[in-house]
Amino acid sequence: MLKLMKLKARSLKPFDVELAAGESIAIQGRSGSGKSILLRAIADLDVNEGTAALDGIDRSSISAPAWRRQVTYLATDAGWWGTTVGEHFGDWSEIAGELRSLGLDESCRSWPIGRLSTGEKQRLALLRALSLQPKVLLLDEPTSALDSEAAAAVEALIAGRRKAGLITIWVSHSAEQTRRVADRVFMIKDGEVLAA
Amino acid sequence: MTGYVALSPYDLIVASLLILINGALSLGFKLQLEKPLALATLRMVLQLAAIGFVLKALFATVSPWLTGAAALAMILFAGREIVARQERRFLGWWSYGLGTACMATAAFAVTIFALTTQLQADPWYHPRFALPILGMVLGNTMTSISLGLDRLTSAAVREKPSIEAQLALGATRQEAMRPFTRAALRSALMPTINAMAATGLVSLPGMMTGQILSGVDPVEATKYQILIMFLIAGGTGLGAVAAVMGAMMRLTDERHRLRVDRLSASR
Repeated sequence: MLKLMKLKARSLKPFDVELAAGESIAIQGRSGSGKSILLRAIADLDVNEGTAALDGIDRSSISAPAWRRQVTYLATDAGWWGTTVGEHFGDWSEIAGELRSLGLDESCRSWPIGRLSTGEKQRLALLRALSLQPKVLLLDEPTSALDSEAAAAVEALIAGRRKAGLITIWVSHSAEQTRRVADRVFMIKDGEVLAA
Repeated sequence: MTGYVALSPYDLIVASLLILINGALSLGFKLQLEKPLALATLRMVLQLAAIGFVLKALFATVSPWLTGAAALAMILFAGREIVARQERRFLGWWSYGLGTACMATAAFAVTIFALTTQLQADPWYHPRFALPILGMVLGNTMTSISLGLDRLTSAAVREKPSIEAQLALGATRQEAMRPFTRAALRSALMPTINAMAATGLVSLPGMMTGQILSGVDPVEATKYQILIMFLIAGGTGLGAVAAVMGAMMRLTDERHRLRVDRLSASR
């Protein structure tokens, strides 16, 4: 279970929520309303206040890297640090099946990062985050650069992981997608995160 | 001919004609460098003339306090120069404090090491030895720290997405920053390594040239130059590592977050 209490960052007002294993919520709001700020605060990537606990363990009692391996943030335009795709993954064979399910070529392991399209980067970044086997995935518009077919493949992949207990928090501008992927929807308005 | 040849003001005036040639070239090519050239020339002459008199007075008194005050002034000016060379500076006291503290510590450590072991000056703080050596080490350490800090802070801003991608996936701040820390250290240390490799073949260092012109035996002058190069290598290495590692820690925090908000906007 993920429990946030009085979580507060920059312009956002304190936010409380509890998510059970396998549960999914969506965050909506205008551009610049603070959706990414909220996800980054949960991952502890920016200075924030309040408490966050996973399965009863408060994040302040463990190191930030250990927290982020369990509560993983996926940025819309995630960065790449190596030269080729394969450098960003541990065991490539583990993701072979998921690569195909997302319509990606298995030979992309040796591709230079510069060769990837925005959509390919987005799908590979998702697989990179999932390869950590996180318990919570914070998805910041993970299908913004994908066509409807590829977006559906991403949603199906994440739905499969949810059955195994993955908690997801989605930021999406698509009301339709929000309805498909989330059990509950929250709206950020004037810095306040409200149940929609 | 051996020994020291005293220069008259007339000799210097004749040599200054070369600056006039530079000025004429600037005018000819419309470089608009006449004013900066004139100002820089004037500053160089006044600063060197002034330091000549200051050093003469310091050598005459051999006071630890006056020597210390002169060293402190050199450190403070060099610290200001480090700040001026940064595209993005740390906010607040860190802007001046980090580079200056690392530079001062490294330069003092190396200078005192030389004064008390190889040179064995009497007293050890004798300004005739302490100040020139401190100046040589300080100048090079200043350049090295400036390069290292500028490289690291620029990379932290430019590579924010890739650094944060690693942090988001559970990397520690040391792991996420490692390629940029290494690049910054290489950038800081390469000028000294290149200078050591080229010395004697491509260039004759200023200090050695000065000694030879003053009548010192060239072999003795080279011994001093080798000592100075070792001291410079030591000072730049210690100073750059301390400053770059300190900056890496300041650019991140104890929760392994990237803190580019601790830097000023680009100038």
